[in-house]
Amino acid sequence: MSPRRKGDGTPDSHIFPTRPYDLVKEFVLALVGVSLLTIVLGAVFGSPDEKAMTIQDWAKANPNDVILTATGELSGDSGTAGYGPPYNNASDGQNLLGIPLQKWGGVTHPIDAANDFVINPLKDVQGDSALTANLDTWSKASADQQTKWAGDYYKALSDDKVGGDPTKVPSGDYGPVPAMMASYAKVAAEGGLEQQVSTSFYGFDPTRKLLLLADGSAVEDRARASSLGGDQWGMMNETGNYPGQPWLWLYTFWYQVEPFKSSDNADALVWGLMMVLTLGLALVPLIPGLRNIPRWIPVHKLIWRDWYRRTGTTAPARRTT
Amino acid sequence: MSTTSWTVRLRDRIAHTVPEGQALPDRQPAYVASWIYVFGVLTLASFLVVLVTGCILSLGGIEWWHTSSIGHYVNSLHLWSVELFFFFMVIHLWGKFWMAAWRGGRTLTWVTGVVTFLASVGTAFTGYLVQTNFDSQWISTQAKDGMNSVGIGAFFNVTNTGQMLLFHVVLLPIAVGFITVAHVILVRRKGVVPPIDAKEVSA
Repeated sequence: MSPRRKGDGTPDSHIFPTRPYDLVKEFVLALVGVSLLTIVLGAVFGSPDEKAMTIQDWAKANPNDVILTATGELSGDSGTAGYGPPYNNASDGQNLLGIPLQKWGGVTHPIDAANDFVINPLKDVQGDSALTANLDTWSKASADQQTKWAGDYYKALSDDKVGGDPTKVPSGDYGPVPAMMASYAKVAAEGGLEQQVSTSFYGFDPTRKLLLLADGSAVEDRARASSLGGDQWGMMNETGNYPGQPWLWLYTFWYQVEPFKSSDNADALVWGLMMVLTLGLALVPLIPGLRNIPRWIPVHKLIWRDWYRRTGTTAPARRTT
Repeated sequence: MSTTSWTVRLRDRIAHTVPEGQALPDRQPAYVASWIYVFGVLTLASFLVVLVTGCILSLGGIEWWHTSSIGHYVNSLHLWSVELFFFFMVIHLWGKFWMAAWRGGRTLTWVTGVVTFLASVGTAFTGYLVQTNFDSQWISTQAKDGMNSVGIGAFFNVTNTGQMLLFHVVLLPIAVGFITVAHVILVRRKGVVPPIDAKEVSA
């Protein structure tokens, strides 16, 4: 027999001697085995389901953090307020080796943190004349004055001696901000913010609620307590002792090492690197050196040991594919 | 003319996609004799279990499994079938790497396999985003920064549960299924890659 060979010298698989092989039986047995294994694993280990955190939970547990966060939304100091695309134009966001991909993406989910997260929900509160008066004072002030009031109050709250406690803030010219923030924490604790921050009746898109929650410290504190922090291999894990998404290990790995770990562009750099590595994986057959690794490290001799034993073929390492 | 009929052309194309008798053969080359070959079919089998458990979860709606013990168990089945799916798939991928299974004009078979893996990662990831519990809150608010940093977040909003749900239950499973079918057809078309430096032997 003279095997037909491809350009790389590999013979046509259809000219080799054959043996009986029941593909359907193999699949059915595999299906039964996997089904049984799944049933057992599901019964023995179950799955994690820690209740979602609400804004009300957050406000009840840590009203001072709600006040600090809301003040940051007004002053522009919160994560969302200064984020940039796709939420606003407060910054350009990250870049990949100087290429502003985040900026190029554009503002597709516009969020005015001050008004969408704080002022508009407060305007929905009925029957609180003091709050109405404070909101009136706020709205009549210039944008610069608003930013100064909120910025000064945010700075005061963030002082180490104050520790975010509004009762310890030294006196100063904060305008109506302290009173508005106290009202805001009260509304949040009563559960009124959930719907007011949302953009639709159905609530399929909780982006605004999630961003507001994430601007505070409660979500991260809870995540870190469950070993889910960014420097704890973050989002590839899940709550409890479950495997999570181990297939994301390489992506998560880069966040644990320099220069990514301390870079302001860590996300863009890691994404860029992963895109290159992924492209490399897909194109292994075309990359000299990479495609030769299976010859240099002859695991294939184990896989096809019966064939090599019977045919006497050895695999010379000097040959290139 | 019947020979230029689109129907005839399509029929001929389908008929010649794989060599005659190789679509579902009852014999394989003699070198197909290793446990490593089982992991491809185990991946396919677990993909089917993932689809079935996912469909059962869909019957109850997105938040059913939080309030029903049966729903929670089905969610557990879905989770563990996904874990098994990736376990088998990664071993399959590594096995094919060490076999240099792209040889003999099988580059596209390798590429479709890698793309299937990537699409599967995306499908599983969106599943984690739509759990509507604390895990999904944390994962989505963390993942948004990566997506946004390269502009993907502008149209793929990981904090939009409704969008992620549709990706998870419709778009990405269709993509995984479609590429998997293409991958299997390519395997059947080219046959299982022969051993590295295989000598010709008499039948």
